[in-house]
Amino acid sequence: MNTFMDSPVMVMLSDPVLYLGLGQGLLLTLQIAGISIALSFVIGTVLGAMRYSGLPVISHVAATYIEVVRNLPQLLLILVSYFVLGLPAMWAAVIGLTIYTAAIIAEVIRGGLNSVMTGQWEAARSQGFSYLQAMRYIVLPPAVVKMIPPIVSQFVTVIKDSSFAMAIGAYELMFKGTILAAKYWKPEQIITIYLAISLIYFAINFTISQIARRMQTKWSAGRGTIGS
Amino acid sequence: MADLLANIDFLQEGPFSVPRWEALFANIGQLWQGALVTVLVASLGLALALALGTVLGVMSSSQWRIPRGFARGYVEFFQNTPLLIQVFMLYNAIPMLVPGLFIPVIAIGILGVGMYHGAYMAEVVRAGIQSIGHGQLEAALSQGFSYVGAMRYIIIPQAMRIVLPPLTNQAVSLIKNTSVLAIIAGGDLMYAGDSFAGRYGHYGPTYIVVGLLYFLMCFPLARLTRRLESRTRAN
Repeated sequence: MNTFMDSPVMVMLSDPVLYLGLGQGLLLTLQIAGISIALSFVIGTVLGAMRYSGLPVISHVAATYIEVVRNLPQLLLILVSYFVLGLPAMWAAVIGLTIYTAAIIAEVIRGGLNSVMTGQWEAARSQGFSYLQAMRYIVLPPAVVKMIPPIVSQFVTVIKDSSFAMAIGAYELMFKGTILAAKYWKPEQIITIYLAISLIYFAINFTISQIARRMQTKWSAGRGTIGS
Repeated sequence: MADLLANIDFLQEGPFSVPRWEALFANIGQLWQGALVTVLVASLGLALALALGTVLGVMSSSQWRIPRGFARGYVEFFQNTPLLIQVFMLYNAIPMLVPGLFIPVIAIGILGVGMYHGAYMAEVVRAGIQSIGHGQLEAALSQGFSYVGAMRYIIIPQAMRIVLPPLTNQAVSLIKNTSVLAIIAGGDLMYAGDSFAGRYGHYGPTYIVVGLLYFLMCFPLARLTRRLESRTRAN
């Protein structure tokens, strides 16, 4: 007798191995994405400041790095980290993601700083603000509000792109799911697994996007748009 | 001279040695073929993304709830899940839903990047339409334009100037993202490079050339984006 509970999908869904596997995968995905995000934020800020500074050699180095890396596929950078640099899979994914994301964040930071008009700088300096004070009290507040949405959406991209690490055999969520899909080989089981993985990614990324949207409206409320 | 070169270890051994470069250039045809597939997938994917983005963008800025809800759902789903998984779903789901239907991997790549970047382009188009302001639409409608006609002749031409820079930016991302095809053996540039490099271990030179080819495809568009951005800002 063929009941609902005997259907291949239900058999699969009642198997703890599935949840264990996806859980492990999710953990590695979060690790890879988390470390990459932290590293890229730091490196991206430095690169963005370097390019914004306009100092002869320093800003050119940053600009060249950013222009080259931005025009390369994320996957290529992960493969290079793994096969050419010879890093272990997890760290190859982290470094590959960081090389790329740092360049994107650098551009966001430079764009945010540039969006504050030079008139505001000059006004602040003429009122006796030091460079750091002008930065802290005049330039950064409106610039940061501008930077937050693109930076957070870049973090969402990092979480999504960490799935490319399956190409180098890192056991993150996507690869774990694919392995499980091969174990449960029936088409409806495979589709169910991929749907489950999509839902996990969606839950994480949708939450982050919503928080970013909330933050942006809250922080930009009450701020004039003068000079922005 | 040849003797001298033969005695330099760096040139004879290691990941970037001369023999590896020679082997790569003896087989460079494989990379050209891959690059051709990438160009094909990218251009057809771009056409699909633009079409989807325009339709969904107009839908999500419309006043009717059902098309707006559909467009919102589409955008949120495709923006918040990895492209790779969407491609895998297409790869597995289509043969399941339509048994016996054979779809070439290249078509899956076109559908995959087209649908994924279509979601991003929809957001760009929506932002462009909303930046025009409701007054203009009302003015057009009051002058006897239909909704579609008002969009076609009043709103979209103005919005075009605002949306063009982010759209070209999306085109760059789309070209780069065609590289996911490599993971499902799609025969694109990344796949050609990766399989050649993997067969003989010539990773260093191969990835440099592959990177250079991607750069050559993306950099002009990235420059165009910058130029369009500064033009929009000047207006």
